[in-house]
Amino acid sequence: MTRTLRIGDQVVLDRERLAGLFEAIRKLGYVVHGPILSDGAIVLGPIESDRDLPIGWRDRQDAGTYRLERREDDAVFGYAVGPHSWKRLLFPPKRSLWRAEREGARFHLLPIVEDTPKLALFGVRPCEMAAIRVQDRVLANGQYQDSNYASRRRQAFVVVADCHEPGGGCFCASLGTGPTEQGEGWDLAMTEILQGRHRFLVRAGSSKGLDVLRALPWTETSPADLQAAERQRQRALRRMGRRMNPEGAKELLYQAASDNHWDEIAQRCLMCGNCTMACPTCFCVTVVDRTSLDGSQTERERVWDSCFSLEFSYIHGGSVRFSPYARYRHWMTHKLASWQDQFGTMGCVGCGRCIVWCPVGIDITEELETFRSRVGGNREAVR
Amino acid sequence: MRAIPKAKRPKLAVWKFASCDGCQLSILDLEDQLLEVLGSVELAYFPEATRAVLKGPYDISLVEGSITTRHDAKRIQEIRRNSAFLVSIGACATAGGIQALRNYANLRNYIQAVYPRPEFIDSLDKSTPIRNHVFVDFELRGCPVSKEQLLEVLNALLNGRKPNIPAYSVCLECKRKGNVCVMVAASRPCLGPVTQAGCGAICPSFHRGCYGCFGPAESPNGASLAAWLRRLGQDDEAIVRLFRSFNAASEAFHSVSTAHENPKPQG
Ligand code: SF4
Ligand code: SF4
Ligand code: SF4
Repeated sequence: MTRTLRIGDQVVLDRERLAGLFEAIRKLGYVVHGPILSDGAIVLGPIESDRDLPIGWRDRQDAGTYRLERREDDAVFGYAVGPHSWKRLLFPPKRSLWRAEREGARFHLLPIVEDTPKLALFGVRPCEMAAIRVQDRVLANGQYQDSNYASRRRQAFVVVADCHEPGGGCFCASLGTGPTEQGEGWDLAMTEILQGRHRFLVRAGSSKGLDVLRALPWTETSPADLQAAERQRQRALRRMGRRMNPEGAKELLYQAASDNHWDEIAQRCLMCGNCTMACPTCFCVTVVDRTSLDGSQTERERVWDSCFSLEFSYIHGGSVRFSPYARYRHWMTHKLASWQDQFGTMGCVGCGRCIVWCPVGIDITEELETFRSRVGGNREAVR
Repeated sequence: MRAIPKAKRPKLAVWKFASCDGCQLSILDLEDQLLEVLGSVELAYFPEATRAVLKGPYDISLVEGSITTRHDAKRIQEIRRNSAFLVSIGACATAGGIQALRNYANLRNYIQAVYPRPEFIDSLDKSTPIRNHVFVDFELRGCPVSKEQLLEVLNALLNGRKPNIPAYSVCLECKRKGNVCVMVAASRPCLGPVTQAGCGAICPSFHRGCYGCFGPAESPNGASLAAWLRRLGQDDEAIVRLFRSFNAASEAFHSVSTAHENPKPQG
């Protein structure tokens, strides 16, 4: 080590030194979560060291199907995103909001223990980093702040890992959210290099990240390292499973509001809501009130909801989006069009989860193309 | 829902029709909350728990089982007349149950095959849900019902609020739990996408497909799921068997099983 590292400096960390990275992060008091093998998929769970990672595994993904396979090498990041997304940790599926106790004709609030663990998110992919930024905008930096999300997010230590093995559902390259476009919001970014000596290019994106990186036995990068990384990036771009043309998607979908192709999609769509649960940017929730039998206590719990449920749009008199086509239309139009009006970005980061984890393989990229091909063509009003 | 008058403990009756008793037993299964439940209501009729019988009318009637005899078809009318709230519980009471498989066969043949003296058997051709006979205030699904949901319905009735019983798919519960989808990751047939939540996605949590014991979800698209199951290599016979079990006679499952039946039923 010959110089003082600064934020943004790219250095090399040998594969054998990866365990040290985990130690350094844990020493700062973080509970590390990252990719692990479980039930035939790569999911997110607590990890202690590099040994818990799915080393030497890859996935084969396509619409409605996912399979694990052994790799021929010992890649640490040789797979794409799985069924879980980091919103499980930053925006948990269930959370207690408040409790109250009756006191004669009045009531008083009872304290709830808010769990805001100091999390380290290890192996966040660029598209997932983009998804976290989308949720930051909605849940932490918008008009209404979710304090629990904001504090989990503020405390989190984020390690981004570039993708060199995109999945069959992936289309981050089309949306500029990957495979190596890390954007902002992380503490460390890693690029795994498989060619030659197994190593990682590492950069710090924050002072927290810099403290960790400085404590590691890094070495200087050589031009060969950068060339290898670029070759890998080009290969990843060529192997992107899907593509989406976001050009004019907003106007296109607004114009397609009464296209009868929505009905054709609805014939296949199960209204099951898997796409919304799997999507890393979907943030909708509902609240459930529970009472004690004697009515003396009550608790309000928040749970992930889906715009595919009838209750989601229920108001006095019934559900606004009653017909299946209206529910799928709402979802897709929100992701690709109205999200832009609402939050200034797309609601989609191109991770492909909604395609892969849809039980009947409905493909948002394909549907967008279908609408595009029908513009000015044989569209008929559904109502 | 209207609130039960707070002044007195509401009278609760538990009735049985063609069924296995599993749903009523989930009341006794409440263990931790059982004493509190029994303290909040007056047990007026519940032969599984007590021999004491109080006369009607009843504030809450829980009805288990399907209607399979003329005698029962009359009895349910009587119970309805005597009950302020009638809640049908379980797949039998809400869809006809597993015994509705008779709806797809000739009852005479079954009776001849099973009973030594078939002439003593007086049974209806079809097993039908309670809703087909009387007005039902609330239906609780499941084979058996979930004891937590049963408690929630009683709780809601006692507190005069709407029960939190979602009608969306099992998949929402499955994904919230963080399960890896057995259809996507293992091509295992799963009825979760067309089945109503409430069980907590028990089967997928143990790596098997949902077999639909909670009956159709609010917007079931069984035809599309069945078409996908064909692509996953399931044949018509397997699809019929999948959709034709505890909730065979529910409209949404019935239409899929008959569409895949070979040869197609006549008429
Ligand atoms: S809409 Fe689909 S591809 Fe886009 S971010 Fe959500 S899950 Fe990923
Ligand atoms: S698009 Fe797929 S995952 Fe989403 S609700 Fe429809 S069937 Fe379910
Ligand atoms: S395992 Fe079954 S219930 Fe769970 S998400 Fe998949 S299809 Fe739905």
